Amino acid sequence: MHLAGNPNAGKSTLFNRLTGLKARVGNYPGITVERKAGPVRCAPGLDVELVDVPGTYSLSARSPEEQIAVSTVLGEVDGLPDAVVVVIDATALTRNLYLALQIMETGLPTVLALNMMDRARAEGLAIDASALSDALGTPVVPISASRGEGLDALREALSERLRAGDAMTGAAADVRTETSADGANAASAAGGAPLASAATCPRVAYGDAVEDAIDAVLPAIAEWRPDASGPAVRAWALWALLSLGDDELRGVPDAVRERVSAAHARAAGRGEDLDRAIIAARYALLDRITEAVVRRPEAERRSFTDRLDAVLTHRVLGLLVFAVVMYIVFEALFTWSAPLMDGIGDAVSWTQDAIKTGMAPGALQALLADGVVAGVGNVVTFVPQIAFLFLLLGFLEDSGYLARVAFVIDKAMSKAGLHGRAFIPLMGGYACAVPAVMSTRTIESRRDRLATMLALPLMTCSARLPVYVLIIATVFSSTHRVWGIFSEGALALFAMYAVSALSTVGAVAVMRRTVLRGPSPALVLELPPYRMPSWPTLLRTTWDRVRTFLVEAGTIILAISIVLWALLAYPKNPAVTARFDAQRAEAAQSVASPEARAAKLRALSAEEAGAQLDYSFAGRVGHAIEPALRPLGFDWRIGVGLIAAFAARETFVSTLGTMFGLANADETSQPLHKALATATNARGAPLMTPLAGVSLMLFFVFACQCMSTIAIVRRESGSWKWPLLMFAYMTVLAYGASFAAYQIGSALGWGLG
Amino acid sequence: MALPDPCRGLDRVPIGSRAIVSEVRCERSTARRLMELGLLPGTAVRVVRVAPMGCPIELRVRDFSLSIRRAEAARVTVDQVG
Repeated sequence: MHLAGNPNAGKSTLFNRLTGLKARVGNYPGITVERKAGPVRCAPGLDVELVDVPGTYSLSARSPEEQIAVSTVLGEVDGLPDAVVVVIDATALTRNLYLALQIMETGLPTVLALNMMDRARAEGLAIDASALSDALGTPVVPISASRGEGLDALREALSERLRAGDAMTGAAADVRTETSADGANAASAAGGAPLASAATCPRVAYGDAVEDAIDAVLPAIAEWRPDASGPAVRAWALWALLSLGDDELRGVPDAVRERVSAAHARAAGRGEDLDRAIIAARYALLDRITEAVVRRPEAERRSFTDRLDAVLTHRVLGLLVFAVVMYIVFEALFTWSAPLMDGIGDAVSWTQDAIKTGMAPGALQALLADGVVAGVGNVVTFVPQIAFLFLLLGFLEDSGYLARVAFVIDKAMSKAGLHGRAFIPLMGGYACAVPAVMSTRTIESRRDRLATMLALPLMTCSARLPVYVLIIATVFSSTHRVWGIFSEGALALFAMYAVSALSTVGAVAVMRRTVLRGPSPALVLELPPYRMPSWPTLLRTTWDRVRTFLVEAGTIILAISIVLWALLAYPKNPAVTARFDAQRAEAAQSVASPEARAAKLRALSAEEAGAQLDYSFAGRVGHAIEPALRPLGFDWRIGVGLIAAFAARETFVSTLGTMFGLANADETSQPLHKALATATNARGAPLMTPLAGVSLMLFFVFACQCMSTIAIVRRESGSWKWPLLMFAYMTVLAYGASFAAYQIGSALGWGLG
Repeated sequence: MALPDPCRGLDRVPIGSRAIVSEVRCERSTARRLMELGLLPGTAVRVVRVAPMGCPIELRVRDFSLSIRRAEAARVTVDQVG
C-alpha cells in the first residue's frame, strides 16, 4: 500500500500516525530521494506495508528524482500497490485533487484521506465528503492527522478497499492488455495486483487533440510496459505526453520519445498545446466537482497566515525576524551543542582511561582505546549538531517558516545562481559540513542540491578554528596593531573567513556551469499556511536523520578512523622503544620524589610518542611527501599533521603536539606555540614564518581535510563519484592557493622573519 | 477601472489586485509546473505581496499561496486587472 500526497499536506504526520514507531528509512537506489516504509494494521489480522511516496504535486516528471513518484505508484520500484492512500489538504482542495485524479487514472484502488478538516472548518469552508466520494467514485475519509481524528474510519476504509481488491483480482485480469492477459494466474504471479474497475474513476474529457495523441503513443507504451493494465497504459501515455521532451529521465525507450514528440508537433501544427489541454481538462473536471461539494464563506476572511506574513515577510521586520531566526539556528549549532559535544569527548576519554587501566598494555589495548573508542567518538561527536539542526530545520519546515526563509532570501541567493532554499545549508557550513550536507535535502533541484553539497565544505567550519588559533598565536604578534586598531591575528582570521565565503559562492557558480551544468528550474514555491509542528513527528524525523548518519556515514567514519590510527601508531621502532624503556628504568631509580618521577615518566612517554610518530607509516608518508610540501612552506611534520587532520581538522593541533613531544597540547597551550615558533626545518631556517602560517591557513581554508564530510557526501549523493570530485577539486585549490601565497610572498620577501 | 490590457504581465499587477490569467508563456517545464499547480488560462489570481528585496512575489491562486520570481511572472499574461 502506498501513501501519496502534495508537499505540506500532512503526509509525514499521517504516515507516523499509521505506522507508529516501526517505520524504516532508506534511500531509493542510486538517487538522493529518501524512502520510508512501515507496517500498518488496518484491521485485526490485516497488516500491510505502507510505502511513503515522496511528496509531489503531480506524477509528471522531468528528473529522475521526480520520477520516483510515478515509478513507485505504478509499481516499478517494489511492485504494484494493493491500494493508494492519497492525503488531501482540504484547505487547498482542487490542487490536491489534481494528484489524486492522476493516481485514480492509473486504475489503482485509492482512498482519499481528507486531511486538515479542522483548519478548513476554521476558514469557513464546508466540504461535503460523501458528495466528493460520490463524484470521484472512491472512498473519501475526513481526518485530522495532527489531532489523530478519523484514523479508525480511514483504517476501516482501507480494509474494505483491500478486501474489495482481493475479490476483484480475477476480474482485473480482463482489463489487462493482450500481452499479459492469460487469466487470473498472471495477475497473482505479478503479486496479485488488484485493479479497480476503470468505470469508477471519473472520465476526464480530454478532447480530440489529446485523445489522438494518446492513441498515437499507446502502442509504444504497451510495448514498454507489457504488464500494465489498460488504465495504467493510458495513464503512462498521459504521463509521457506531459513529461517527455525537455526531460532528463533515464530508461524511457526511444520509441516512446519519438511518438511523444511527433504527437506534440502534430498538435502544435493544429495550434494546440497538449500540456495545456491535458492539465486544463483535468482542472475543468475538478473545478466542477469542487464547485458542487464545497461551500465557501460569503466573504473571504483575512487568515491568520496572511496577518502573520504581513510581519514575517515585511520589508524591515521580515528581514529582522529572519536574522534572529538564523542566529538561533547558529547558536544551536555552536553554543547549545557544545556542552553535549564536550560531554561526548569526556566520555571517550573516560572510556579510554578505563581500558588503559583495566587491560594489559599492548596492541589490543591500543586498538580498543585509541582506534575503536576514539573512532566511535569521532562519529558520535556529530550527533548533537545533527540533532539540533534537524530539530530546528524540521520545526521551521513544518511550521511553514522555511518556505518564507526561501522567499525572503531568494533574491540574494539568486545572484549566486541558487535558490533561497540553499541558504540554511550554506550557513550551517560555518558550524559543521556534516549536518549542513544532510540539510541540503530541502533543496528540490538535484543540480542545485549537489552544487550546494559540494561547495559548502569550503565554509569555515568550527573544526578549522583551533588550527587557525594555533597558527595565529604562533606567528602573529598580539601587540602589533595594523593602522593602530586591528590586531594582525584578527585580520588574518577575518581574511580566512572572507576567502572561505567567497570561494564557496564561486565554487557553486563554477560547478553549475561545468560538471552540474543545466537549466535551473524556476522558483515555484508554495508558501504553506503556518501551523504548529507536531513534536512526535519532529522528534521522529530527527531520530531518523541521526540514525541514518550513524549507520551509513558512521560506519565509514569509524573504519577510516581506525585505519588512520594504525597509520599513525605503527610500525613501532624497537630501537626507540628500547631506548625509552632504558631511560624510564633509569628515571625510576635516580629520581627520588614520587611527583618528580611521575612527571619525568610522563615527559619521557610524550617524547617517545613523538619519536615513534617519526617512524610510523604516517611519519614515512610525511617524509615522502615533503618535497611536494616544501614549495608551500611546510615540512614533513606539517605533512603528518595534515594526514592526521583527515580524521578531523582539529586533530592537527594534538598531532603537532605529539610531534614536538608534548602530551595533551591544545591550540592555546603556550609550550606548543613556543615549540612551533622556534622549530627549524632541515636547512636550519625557521619553520613557522608568518608567510608559512598564512600558507598553512589557506591550505586549511580549501582542503577537504575531513573524512566525515566525504562519508556524508557519499551517503547523501548516493555515489562515490561526487565525494571524490569534491576531494579532488578542494585539494587542488588548497595546494594552488598555498603554493601561490608562499611563492609570491617569498619572491616579494613578505613575512619571512 | 483600468482598461483591459491583454499583454500585461503578472509582474505588473499592483499588490492587492486581482487578475485573470490569459496565457502562461514561460519555458515549457515552468509552464507545466505552474499549470499543474492550477495557474491556468482563465484562473483568477491575486498578487498578495512582494518579498523584502523586491523579488519574488507572492500570489494567491486556488486557495493557496504561491511564490514565483518576477522573471516568470512577466511571462504570465493576465487581463481584467482590478
